[in-house]
Amino acid sequence: MLITVAGVKKEVKDDLTVAQLVIDEKVETPQYVTVTINDEFVESRDFKNTVLKDGDTVEFLYFMGGGQ
Amino acid sequence: MISMKSEDYKAILEHARKELPNEACGLIAGKLDGDNKIIKKVYFLTNIDHSNEHFSLDAKEQLAAIKDMRSNELVPLGNWHSHPESPSRPSDEDKRLAYDSKASYLILSLMDNENPVLNSFKIEGNNAEKENLVIW
Repeated sequence: MLITVAGVKKEVKDDLTVAQLVIDEKVETPQYVTVTINDEFVESRDFKNTVLKDGDTVEFLYFMGGGQ
Repeated sequence: MISMKSEDYKAILEHARKELPNEACGLIAGKLDGDNKIIKKVYFLTNIDHSNEHFSLDAKEQLAAIKDMRSNELVPLGNWHSHPESPSRPSDEDKRLAYDSKASYLILSLMDNENPVLNSFKIEGNNAEKENLVIW
């Protein structure tokens, strides 16, 4: 199936989970990453159970913060 | 080297002063020219911590900014935030939460409000290196 990851179209296997996509995409510091599918935020606890569908658009948002 | 138009610097300064006493924050995007970064657009995001000591970017606004960058053929270059009461250098928390060694981290100090200081840093682990920031 075809999905879009961070603006790039990719052919991936069917039944791919968000958790596996995070691994496949070699996401750095996954504990600080928020994922959206078609602009809907996915809770990190749901990564393993969330299966991507053909045509989905996925974004990885890295937590950005700090303090003085 | 990283470069920024003076009007973008002034916009950051104005926004950060408006957000006092809290920290202000946002994203920077632009173009890469070899090792040089050229800031083309500054994004002003909500500090969801609403704190004078911490900042966290609003994730929904971050998503909108990323899409805007893509539609304008810009690349994410890093982020910026203000230090209302401390110098323009990464704090321990800034370093701990800096996940991207390729990003530029701009820090605007307003501890002397009349003499603001903006510096840009590359951060890798516990090491922060100041990079040459040109405002033109």
